[in-house]
Amino acid sequence: MPGKLKVKIVAGRHLPVMDRASDLTDAFVEVKFGNTTFKTDVYLKSLNPQWNSEWFKFEVDDEDLQDEPLQITVLDHDTYSANDAIGKVYIDIDPLLYSEAATVISGWFPIYDTIHGIRGEINVVVKVDLFNDLNRFRQSSCGVKFFCTTSIPKCYRAVIIHGFVEELVVNEDPEYQWIDRIRTPRASNEARQRLISLMSGELQRKIGLKVLEMRGNAVVGYLQCFDLEGESGLVVRAIGTACTLDKLSSPAAFLPACNSPSKEMKESPLVHPPSHGCRSTHNSPIHTATGSRLTQNFSVSVPTLIYTGMGSGSAGKEGGPFKALLRQQTQSALEQREFPFFTLTAFPPGFLVHVGGVVSARSVKLLDRIHNPAFVGIMGNTRSYKLLDWNSFNSDEPETRDAWWAEIRQEIKSHAKALGCHAVVGYSESTSICEEVCILSASGTAAVLNPRFLQDGTVEGCLEQRLEENLPAGCGFCHIPYDELNMPFPAHLTYCYNCRKQKVPDVLFTTIDLPIDATVIGKGCLIQARLCRLKKKAQAEANATAISNLLPFMEYEVHTQLMNKLKLKGMNALFGLRIQITVGENMLMGLASATGVYLAALPTPGGIQIAGKTPNDGSYEQHISHMQKKINDTIAKNKELYEINPPEVSEEIIGSPIPEPRQRSRLLRSQSESSDEVTELDLSHGKKDAFVLEIDDTDAMEDVHSLLTDVPPPSGFYSCNTEIMPGINNWTSEIQMFTSVRVIRLSSLNLTNQALNKNFNDLCENLLKSLYFKLRSMIPCCLCHVNFTVSLPEDELIQVTVTAVAITFDKNQALQTTKTHVEKSLQRASTDNEELLQFPLELCSDSLPSHPFPPAKEHLESASSNSGIPAAQRAVTVEKASPMGEGNFRNRSAPPCANSTVGVVKMTPLSFIPGAKITKYLGIINMFFIRETTSLREEGGVSGFLHAFIAEVFAMVRAHVAALGGNAVVSYIMKQCVFMENPNKNQAQCLINVSGDAVVFVRESELEVVSTQQPTANCQPSCTGGEVTT
Amino acid sequence: MTSELDIFVGNTTLIDEDVYRLWLDGYSVSDAVALRVRSGILEQTGATAAVLQSDTMDHYRTFHMLERLLHAPPKLLHQLIFQIPPSRQALLIERYYAFDEAFVREVLGKKLSKGTKKDLDDISTKTGITLKSCRRQFDNFKRVFKVVEEMRGSLVDNIQQHFLLSDRLARDYAAIVFFANNRFETGKKKLQYLSFGDFAFCAELMIQNWTLGAVDSQVDDMDVDLDKEFLQDLKELKMLVADKDLLDLHKSLVCTALRGKLGVFSEMEANFKNLSRGLVNVAAKLTHNKDVRDLFVDLVEKFVEPCRSDHWPLNDVRLFLNQYSASVHSLDGFRHQALWDRYMGTLRGCLLRLYHD
Repeated sequence: MPGKLKVKIVAGRHLPVMDRASDLTDAFVEVKFGNTTFKTDVYLKSLNPQWNSEWFKFEVDDEDLQDEPLQITVLDHDTYSANDAIGKVYIDIDPLLYSEAATVISGWFPIYDTIHGIRGEINVVVKVDLFNDLNRFRQSSCGVKFFCTTSIPKCYRAVIIHGFVEELVVNEDPEYQWIDRIRTPRASNEARQRLISLMSGELQRKIGLKVLEMRGNAVVGYLQCFDLEGESGLVVRAIGTACTLDKLSSPAAFLPACNSPSKEMKESPLVHPPSHGCRSTHNSPIHTATGSRLTQNFSVSVPTLIYTGMGSGSAGKEGGPFKALLRQQTQSALEQREFPFFTLTAFPPGFLVHVGGVVSARSVKLLDRIHNPAFVGIMGNTRSYKLLDWNSFNSDEPETRDAWWAEIRQEIKSHAKALGCHAVVGYSESTSICEEVCILSASGTAAVLNPRFLQDGTVEGCLEQRLEENLPAGCGFCHIPYDELNMPFPAHLTYCYNCRKQKVPDVLFTTIDLPIDATVIGKGCLIQARLCRLKKKAQAEANATAISNLLPFMEYEVHTQLMNKLKLKGMNALFGLRIQITVGENMLMGLASATGVYLAALPTPGGIQIAGKTPNDGSYEQHISHMQKKINDTIAKNKELYEINPPEVSEEIIGSPIPEPRQRSRLLRSQSESSDEVTELDLSHGKKDAFVLEIDDTDAMEDVHSLLTDVPPPSGFYSCNTEIMPGINNWTSEIQMFTSVRVIRLSSLNLTNQALNKNFNDLCENLLKSLYFKLRSMIPCCLCHVNFTVSLPEDELIQVTVTAVAITFDKNQALQTTKTHVEKSLQRASTDNEELLQFPLELCSDSLPSHPFPPAKEHLESASSNSGIPAAQRAVTVEKASPMGEGNFRNRSAPPCANSTVGVVKMTPLSFIPGAKITKYLGIINMFFIRETTSLREEGGVSGFLHAFIAEVFAMVRAHVAALGGNAVVSYIMKQCVFMENPNKNQAQCLINVSGDAVVFVRESELEVVSTQQPTANCQPSCTGGEVTT
Repeated sequence: MTSELDIFVGNTTLIDEDVYRLWLDGYSVSDAVALRVRSGILEQTGATAAVLQSDTMDHYRTFHMLERLLHAPPKLLHQLIFQIPPSRQALLIERYYAFDEAFVREVLGKKLSKGTKKDLDDISTKTGITLKSCRRQFDNFKRVFKVVEEMRGSLVDNIQQHFLLSDRLARDYAAIVFFANNRFETGKKKLQYLSFGDFAFCAELMIQNWTLGAVDSQVDDMDVDLDKEFLQDLKELKMLVADKDLLDLHKSLVCTALRGKLGVFSEMEANFKNLSRGLVNVAAKLTHNKDVRDLFVDLVEKFVEPCRSDHWPLNDVRLFLNQYSASVHSLDGFRHQALWDRYMGTLRGCLLRLYHD
């Protein structure tokens, strides 16, 4: 009996009226865990019942504790007929199972019903007594911590980063069982919610076991997804990165108060300057590995693109032998692993040595229909929803899915190898399903890692020191990891603009966050490529073949668009790249989002050159030159907007050592172009690195136009899809997380690719415009972690879901902060010097000022140039802030109303809270909800329905976090929002899956006052908890 | 391309004060968009009309969802669905319960019944306030009335506790509830010059001094119903005008004291008996519900209008009323001093407030 779960039902409030006659309710509560159920007394005639029950005690295995949710059902007692259910609360007790997280769950939970939504609240207290279990063969993995955060959580230190863990479980979807025809929608929804909750629990436990096997104690970057495969079942799969984490106990370890999350890491004892050099190219060689296996499972593996720069194994003179050594060690560390993948997107300093580029793989699969009548009978059994039962019938099923993913991962691995990398970071997997076709996608960034974190401390020592000696700050990760003489595809390399020692590509694409030490010029911006392709409706294999034939073209075009847009912004690198391909009945959609930046280490991007097909036609030429001018203007404007003004570097320093035949990448639109044209164009602009766009048909014209239609955000707004905005580090504390959903109906007539593209483009642009307008009161602010998801719920419907967080920043303070930051870093460097004598002096004192364009100088310059007019500047900001409608939001910190009892819970997709320190991680939040209505019109139509549902989901997440004693959710993500409507029947249904990490944070300003052990946020839950326990 | 669905949900519920105002004023989404366009917001922000439309729809939807909670403001504070900072919650409630002067003047003193609700069309046409807004204001009055009607304790406190209104607004609602309960006539033509503020001022004085609550704070309805016993007793005041000697003595006391101090002394002297009769008769009649309802009509007819026609300055009215009240204490034959003070103290305050153009 390894655990005792104790539950107490305290009270309810705001219950709905269940008895029309009395306008009251006779409520009681059923508490269920596993197969045991307890009931409270009936509290007669009240909408605010006070049950104040005894402690209900469940004695259970820890395996069950991990798998099962606690299920609380509130009912209305009816003497004559069946009791009516008011609603339910599912509580995941996992956070109580590891020692450092929450110790009690106590608070008000919304009572949720899948048909009526939230119907009142219930106050519950949950505790777990765990007994030590000496059984070594146990199936549970209690104690393994899970984090959604894709970096090392703030109050921990990574001792070892073990690597990739994955698992998936499969079951039949209750919605598609025969019994669904005779049960109510409510029963069906609840069966589904409960099943998914169980599956998640089981999955998490299994992953935990794998982590324990690897001798880790935590999973970071845990990403769990559901594939609703319809009749063929329900797949729950998860990936993550196993780590051994150490809690930073001394408060000194997470030192002062810095607005940017990055500094914190710098303060950690592991500080040492990262590597140097940079390079990347983005050539798009198409590795077409179209191996279609038409066995029992149809499968087409789709060509994969490797976006990136290629590398130099040869490296710089001094770096060479060392690098080889490093590689050897890393290799040995990584080779033991099947998949050297990491779901992390941000890393401890020194972890990431080089970045190769983006690797991705897709595969089209046909889902099998499962006809197994025998199955149904068994499902009626007591523990029917346990997946194991199901597996016994279709034992090959999970293996099939496993095999699919294994195939893709293998492909990713080989792509990484081709880039001279042993590892893939920022790794993620996704699916898109339409009827029986499923596209599996995986992508990541090929990288070379420092072995130090990958195995037990043996390697440390001299290697570490050498690393530190050899890698200059801010550019190391850009340096190509591959062999210059043996590049997998043609790339254009130059010597790093930062250190001049190593080679870098001209463009770098990655799926990770911008490394904190990267030297960036100016600010970043969100860059999106959007694309639609019509597809004939087809069945089964023909359909899958059609899709897999389209995919490479889509990938290619998405990539082209990204390149063009990046150039248009005058930038040279993309971070956080996420390409989503969505399949629908009659079309495919591609949406790529990334954050463009200008990396100081990479060469200045050339412009975009437009070339006409018929150079002799006068008017046409005029048109072309007009377009050219427009493009040039846009580039110039963008450079100004994003403050990209890299210092002029004299040619001799950079270019000379590399013989450069043609310093430009060509974008080939049509195969028919002649080589003469190239030279011709070459003459037309002497500048290197020009990007040529040939306008040889209307399609190309469209593309050029669409390039120019993207409107920059209004002044005062920035946007990015990474954690932090490059170039902004003075966040103020105001944050607003939001979800916005739009669905458009395409007119089914005359659907062409162009019309479709335009519609899709407009949809996204309008959505962004709306966001800017809505959040205008927060100016100056930045939309961070902008996450777009596209789905095609029906033939003519396109649904776009965006989740992001708007964070305000202080324009004026910026200058000061950067200044002090620089001072601090200089200071720190010098203290480091004294302490660690092995630190070469040049690095600290010389390197910064001696750079041609060191960050310090940059900041100081801007500081001094602006300091003359501080008053005027301040005036501007004040003026901007005050007249805005929502200006009062700033007063959030004002003393709350005396009678307000609801504590504020912040939610953010980021891993940090600006201006605050996360003091405790309370556990993972992973929730799945279904909401259905048969009175769509009455609930305000589809918009009203979904608006209310999303608000309810937020509320339930907040309530769970508050009950755990937390005051924020970080790394929040809405993984799924599946919306289906049937307006004719006045019906709609929506499924939402969200996750994140519940945390306790303390404002930096309060940090000095409040003792770290008793965060103010605990106030509310502990009060109620205290009352009850005594 | 048509937008099927378009929503924005923030973890902190976004409230746009301007849109809230338009919503409260009862404008439809399209009217609200048109008004916002006219305010020049498009130029300021560089947004398009479509963006404005979508934004307005979103806010309207939010307000619609919040409305249910606004009907019982404490629910807004405890609910979990919308995370709204306390200062914003207060603003939402305060604005929702705010009312238009023009509207309240139409409804003040009327029975808050279905019948009155049917007349809202006319009120809307007359005042230019949208019917939707009229309905909201009427329903607010009615809701507050229903909740506090039979409650023990201070009316203002009860309203504040159950509707979380500011002190100022709670006092206004107390006046509305008091007037609705006692059905004071306020719509007559000769009362048109009076503002809601005038009536609210009088209501407050009357609640303080003339209700059950003024003598006993432990009874139901204490602040809503007038003290019936007190009204009965007021008959006793009649001797002040019925007893000729008393009336003359009263007059001479007042005249002696005010001689030389009053600009309109002669007019006062000439009118004293009429005025005094008027004021005392009003008191004596208050036993009948009908006459209670006409209290303000009577006060204006019997006192305000005569004085106004003689062009009494306000200060003279004040001096007169002070002296008129005080002199009664010197009337040896009059035994109801306390009753007189309870009546006249309030009436004096009311009359001074009512006395303007």
